[in-house]
Amino acid sequence: MSRAERLVLDPIGCRGHGVCAELLPERITLDEWGFPLLAPGDLPAGLHRSARRAVAACPARALDLDVERH
Amino acid sequence: MTAVLSPGLLAAGDPTLATHLAVHGPLRPPAPDAVADLAAAHGLTGRGGAGFPVAVKLRAVAGAAHAGRRRAVVVGNGAEGEPAAHKDAVLLARAPHLVLDGLQLVAAATGADDAVLAVPGPVVAVLERHLAERADPVPVRLVAVPDRFLAGEESALVSVVDGGPPLPRSKRPPVRERGVAGRPSLVQNVETLARLALLARGDRRAAAGVLVTRHAAGLPVDVADVPLTARLDAVLPLATGVQAVLVGGYHGSWLTVGTAAGVTLEPAELAGVGAALGAGVLAALPEDRCGLVETARVVGHLAEQSAGRCGPCLNGLPRIAAALQALARPGPPHPGLLADLGRWCGLVVGRGACSHPDGSVRLVASALRVFEPELAVHASGCCRARPGTAPFLPLGSGA
Ligand SMILES: Cc1cc2nc3c(=O)[nH]c(=O)nc-3n(C[C@H](O)[C@H](O)[C@H](O)COP(=O)(O)O)c2cc1C
Ligand code: SF4
Ligand code: SF4
Repeated sequence: MSRAERLVLDPIGCRGHGVCAELLPERITLDEWGFPLLAPGDLPAGLHRSARRAVAACPARALDLDVERH
Repeated sequence: MTAVLSPGLLAAGDPTLATHLAVHGPLRPPAPDAVADLAAAHGLTGRGGAGFPVAVKLRAVAGAAHAGRRRAVVVGNGAEGEPAAHKDAVLLARAPHLVLDGLQLVAAATGADDAVLAVPGPVVAVLERHLAERADPVPVRLVAVPDRFLAGEESALVSVVDGGPPLPRSKRPPVRERGVAGRPSLVQNVETLARLALLARGDRRAAAGVLVTRHAAGLPVDVADVPLTARLDAVLPLATGVQAVLVGGYHGSWLTVGTAAGVTLEPAELAGVGAALGAGVLAALPEDRCGLVETARVVGHLAEQSAGRCGPCLNGLPRIAAALQALARPGPPHPGLLADLGRWCGLVVGRGACSHPDGSVRLVASALRVFEPELAVHASGCCRARPGTAPFLPLGSGA
């Protein structure tokens, strides 16, 4: 069984704090208004730990990880 | 099931239950599973804008209710926030019992014990009287929806039904899992429900038609029940004096007359030219108007109606609207404006909690394609619109 993890954003919750982009620059950049742009697709295995840190650090709790088991 | 030749959605001469039964006959309650099977067999899709398959949604809500061990809620969506659309209002005025029959069918299909019909405030009282004539197995509540573009978006509608503001909610979890009162909920457009009520009576053509609201110069705005196989130029007069055609509504697309005249209303055919039926609006823009001016005015309205909850929509739509307003004025545009506009459009698509930005950008992109010659005319300081003409496209009473 493998696990696919994917970052998901709740755009209503997100206040554009940008903390997530600092903690996970490999997957999250900020647009010209300061709101996060997520790279599409599943997270590469090596980034799971920092992704979880970014999710935990979001002050608006707007970032989440969807886990899919196949 | 025997196939009957139904006279269609708007056939009853008056909205009473007696006439409804005389024209359409009684509704025999089908087995719960049969409703989704029927919708699937006829390929019935939603008529509220997105064209989503009804059977898939019915099964998903029934499944969510089963998995969560909670009874589902069904909501008939008669909000019709689109200012250019009147088909749901006409349907509710002329065939309320078809809509109410459909609501009972989806309640049976999802095992719901609560049914809501959400409609504009002014029609609540008359629907109350129609409802009093019926003996429905699942009781129906009427809820008044404010006259706002976004109020009919499904999560905004759920919020209204729960007594909250007419603003979209977070889609995690989705309405089908946690909607009205936190229960699994099905939101279905009222025309979709009425078509289901005809299908359940054996009218095989019910899923192959659409209600359209037509706007053409010199003709009263009207609503017609037309087959999807109809050619667009047979439904809307395009032969003379027309400059472009708006298909779908304010989340829809402009087409050139040449393109519009070559297609039918079949979803696949419309998709082939970058259009969709959306809320069923068809508008023939007369020669003496400016498509850029019309679009800029509509997009200004769409930007104002944005709930402003999601960063990209809040930041992007007003800038997109302002850029279009600048392009709609005669005179050379600010250098780089078109590039900015293109970039902003790209930045809002797919990044909202609802598809309002996506729909708005679809309209903008189609206007820039179809009215490209006007951009050059404007840059040289002219505009084709006859000065002093009133705007062609309506922004509704709330605007
Ligand atoms: C901004 C916005 C406004 C909407 N307004 C309406 C509306 O007024 N009436 C409606 O039936 N659907 C509206 N919808 C679509 C609903 O969210 C939902 O998809 C629909 O009611 C589902 O019914 P259907 O599958 O039968 O079409 C809107 C969607 C968006 C994004
Ligand atoms: S940290 Fe949270 S609120 Fe801030 S930009 Fe990222 S997702 Fe949005
Ligand atoms: S995308 Fe726009 S209209 Fe939709 S919920 Fe977000 S801010 Fe509101």
